[in-house]
Amino acid sequence: MNLNDYLAVSGLLFAIGFAGVMLRRNIIIIFMCLELMLNAANLSLVAFSRFHVSAAGLPDYNGQMLVFFIITVAAAEVAVGLAVIVSLYRARRTTHVEDITSMKF
Amino acid sequence: MSSLLPWLFSAIMLGFACAVVLNRNPVASALSLVVSFLALAGLYVSLNAFFIGVIQVLVYAGAIMVLFLFIIMLLDLKAEERRTLNTTATLGGLLVAAIFVCELFSVLRHFHKGSLPFPPLAAGPLDDVRGVGTMLFSNYNLPFQVIGALILVATVGVVVLSKRELK
Repeated sequence: MNLNDYLAVSGLLFAIGFAGVMLRRNIIIIFMCLELMLNAANLSLVAFSRFHVSAAGLPDYNGQMLVFFIITVAAAEVAVGLAVIVSLYRARRTTHVEDITSMKF
Repeated sequence: MSSLLPWLFSAIMLGFACAVVLNRNPVASALSLVVSFLALAGLYVSLNAFFIGVIQVLVYAGAIMVLFLFIIMLLDLKAEERRTLNTTATLGGLLVAAIFVCELFSVLRHFHKGSLPFPPLAAGPLDDVRGVGTMLFSNYNLPFQVIGALILVATVGVVVLSKRELK
């Protein structure tokens, strides 16, 4: 596989995640689809890191650092987001986005 | 690594990502997401990013997905009954995703440097963890410490959110 194939796979994964966010009504599934989109971005970063080889014959580790930070921030984001979902469920007894309309215009 | 394995991992990853979106049962969705992340770790290894592949398995497929499954079990979510789909949102979402994919492929068709094979790496074993660690503690030392503070803030925030008498 060359760089374009990896980028195409990453774009398809992003499109699947985006379609999931738009189609699904369960807030936990929407959250999982957000994770899919984050991972699609990570895949393209790692592919570019492998594509840009330094003079010493090493991959460009700057891209892999960014992936490392994205994974760490995603872990923190999941912890906070799931806590928000749990307290939302406690207050409203639902995880369906259509049942939560108090901020709807 | 054989040239066929990345395609196999890509197919597994995309197939189980579709299963995440299409499954009605949240537990099945979460388990499909685990398989998708494991296949993605295989893709990272095929790109010689061994350290990223390992933390993908440990952090994503391990910690984060266990957290998801834990919350799904805690809330005792049933498979959702068939609701009438919001046709505007469905059509709009699929249309934007399709436009994105078409645009991506038309851009990639004109990116000729990307269709060359990857440049070769230095011969011998790749000191992947050493390279990542050296860069993490030299060039990226400040972001690393900021990330530490961010995780501390997230931990405190989760504790505050989980307190029952929140008004």
